[in-house]
Amino acid sequence: MKRLILALCLIAAPVLAVQPDEILDDPVLESRAREISKELRCLVCRNENIDDSNAELARDLRLLVRERLTAGDSDVEVVNYIVDRYGEYVLLNPTARGANWVLWAAGPIMLITGLGLGFIYLRRRQATPEQKIEELSDVEKARLAEIMDD
Amino acid sequence: MITELGHFALILAFLVACIQATVPLIGAHMRWPGWMAVAEPAANAQFLLTGFSFAALTHAFVTSDFSLRLVVLNSHSLKPMLYKISGVWGNHEGSMLLWVLILSLFGASAAWFGGALPPTLKARVLAVQSAIGVAFYAFILFTSNPFLRMAVPPFDGEDLNPLLQDPGLAFHPPFLYLGYVGLSMAFSFAVAALIEGRVDAAWGRWVRPWTLAAWIFLTIGIGLGSWWAYYELGWGGFWFWDPVENASFMPWLLAVALLHSSIVVEKRESLKSWTILLAIMAFGFSLIGTFIVRSGVITSVHAFANDPERGVFILAILAVFMGGALMLYAARASAMEAKGAFSMVSRESALVVNNLLLAVAAFVVFVGTIWPLVAELAFDRKLSVGAPFFNMAFTPFMVMLGLVLPVGAMLPWKRASLSRTFKVLMPAFVLALALACLAWAIQSGRSMLGPVGLFLGSWLIFGSAIDLWSRTGRSRQIGRLMRLPRADWGKSVAHAGLGITMLGISGLMAWEAEDIRVVQIGEPFEIAGYTLILDKVENVQGPNYFSTMATVRLSKDGKPISTLHPEKRNYPVAKMPTTEAAIDGGFLRDIYVVIGDPQDDGGWAVRSYFKPLANWIWGGAILMALGGSLSLSDRRYRVAAGARKTRAAGVPAE
Repeated sequence: MKRLILALCLIAAPVLAVQPDEILDDPVLESRAREISKELRCLVCRNENIDDSNAELARDLRLLVRERLTAGDSDVEVVNYIVDRYGEYVLLNPTARGANWVLWAAGPIMLITGLGLGFIYLRRRQATPEQKIEELSDVEKARLAEIMDD
Repeated sequence: MITELGHFALILAFLVACIQATVPLIGAHMRWPGWMAVAEPAANAQFLLTGFSFAALTHAFVTSDFSLRLVVLNSHSLKPMLYKISGVWGNHEGSMLLWVLILSLFGASAAWFGGALPPTLKARVLAVQSAIGVAFYAFILFTSNPFLRMAVPPFDGEDLNPLLQDPGLAFHPPFLYLGYVGLSMAFSFAVAALIEGRVDAAWGRWVRPWTLAAWIFLTIGIGLGSWWAYYELGWGGFWFWDPVENASFMPWLLAVALLHSSIVVEKRESLKSWTILLAIMAFGFSLIGTFIVRSGVITSVHAFANDPERGVFILAILAVFMGGALMLYAARASAMEAKGAFSMVSRESALVVNNLLLAVAAFVVFVGTIWPLVAELAFDRKLSVGAPFFNMAFTPFMVMLGLVLPVGAMLPWKRASLSRTFKVLMPAFVLALALACLAWAIQSGRSMLGPVGLFLGSWLIFGSAIDLWSRTGRSRQIGRLMRLPRADWGKSVAHAGLGITMLGISGLMAWEAEDIRVVQIGEPFEIAGYTLILDKVENVQGPNYFSTMATVRLSKDGKPISTLHPEKRNYPVAKMPTTEAAIDGGFLRDIYVVIGDPQDDGGWAVRSYFKPLANWIWGGAILMALGGSLSLSDRRYRVAAGARKTRAAGVPAE
């Protein structure tokens, strides 16, 4: 714990993703921290999670996640704690709350609709008799013969 | 002077494009051969003029002409030559110039290779292609002119973003654009066919090589980009579901769908109106991709609002072309009657399933990409949609696709029996399942991603092998394989390539190992059974950067394997640090080492990764592109396109 606070106070030059001094001694807690970090967005970066990010803010968030975990929070509690402070924007995996159900349901709904339409189409194709393919014209026949000779 | 000539050539190209977009169209409608014939020389002139303009800009970059604003912002006299050249398209204005260059190249090649096309169709295709050109020439000339001069030229430039100074990224944009813009040919053919009111097997055969070529380039382009991200960004990620990546991935998915549906048009004269719609949508998503990348709207709505000129222009282009094409489609699609009848179980219906899954997958990517924008504009919620969402929402469709692919690929046309086809494929299925069970037993307790991916990948690879093997006939003559049409080889190679990529992705994601620690010089440490020793860390100077370079010895069981040099670079002009990972590449695994910051106790932060099957991801992409090229070189397309030429040259066709 002391190390964490100490690390929080240190201001390093460009840091590189997860630093050795951030890693928790307890491997179970650490792996939980890594999993949580992968779902949280580095707020100042472009589409990067805090686990991969080099930014100072990402480091602060990583340390915060670890601090909450060592304090005995569950994974959900840690995420809620951070969402309460930084807003929904921090979640890389959006919730299904509110209008977000559209986002989650879009794929399945399209698939079912498509399957329905495809089924109707195939049924109709099955029902129609095979149409006679048009005979080739004389010009086309001559051209075909020319190609086949090649 | 050369710069001004380049600028002038671009304006001329714009005017030529205006002529090419109108005169042949009227000619085709009125059946005036003279007016239709304008298209061909115009396409050539347009290509030459744009080519000259591009060459002029390249000249300015190569000679470091700092009186040109674009060169000042994106180049530096000390930069290596390769990156001076790649700097031409490493920025907005230059990349748009490359965009129109490729657009005019495709237009010109349609004029060169379109000898067998009916004259009205050819005139219309070239006119539509040129109409797209008109829009983008106007975009460049009015909003993004690369040829603007500086009033007071500085002594030196501001350098190109160091992340872009890399061979992988030097060639990534040209390939990507060849793919993006190549889809414009499919679009032009679709719109021309709608105007013509006729889609038949011949149309399918003409449009397929263009789609195939575009798709090959897109595959290579995406592969290069992903490979670059893997070794350059410093932690070995290969795909981030970034809006910019998605922008290239959606057209790729739709191009795959289009490739397959145009087979049905070509062979069975069915799925015509769907294929037309796909051709329109595939290019539509290229335009959407261009809009996303070029307007900055996805990164931040506010960035877009501050400088909306470019974004609004591309949006208008998108609206005109998509709106126009879709209205034309609505009016004419009913005229495309299908000819072939087929039963519920047949190659045709398998391809319908393929198209459905790919289209839905592209739709999911699309919704996920624009959802943050929709949520902010419509619901006033600021939220993110990142990799975890896409992994969860997109992957199931690829799993389904992988499951049905080997069966669908072997079903006969018209009427088929599932059980008979599956019986042939039984060995592949059993083998793949056995491999997956083995992996599951060995890994014990890890995620199911590895075994499932292993099953799908090997099911695809073995399935493709059986598909080829079944073509030897009952007599099992190997010689027959060599005489198979190239397209059949292409199909199997590309499908197996997809399997290999799936294997690579799932293997890497499931079995990767990581180690982060402080290392003292000379102190050995281990990752996944490999021993690493940090020998020394020294300061090195590069052509336009300073580097902290480490020397790391890699060995296994006491046997040395290689020496790695991970670096941290600092580009003083651009004021940006980059990490250069050192990778010991292998067939089954990569060892990936990154050097971090010096620690107070004299040690160094070192991150090392064991990345199983990493190279398979790009190996698979190469195979897919190779499969596409085999198909493209199939004699049937050459016969359709230029049989007369081969005879005239006196070269045997095969």
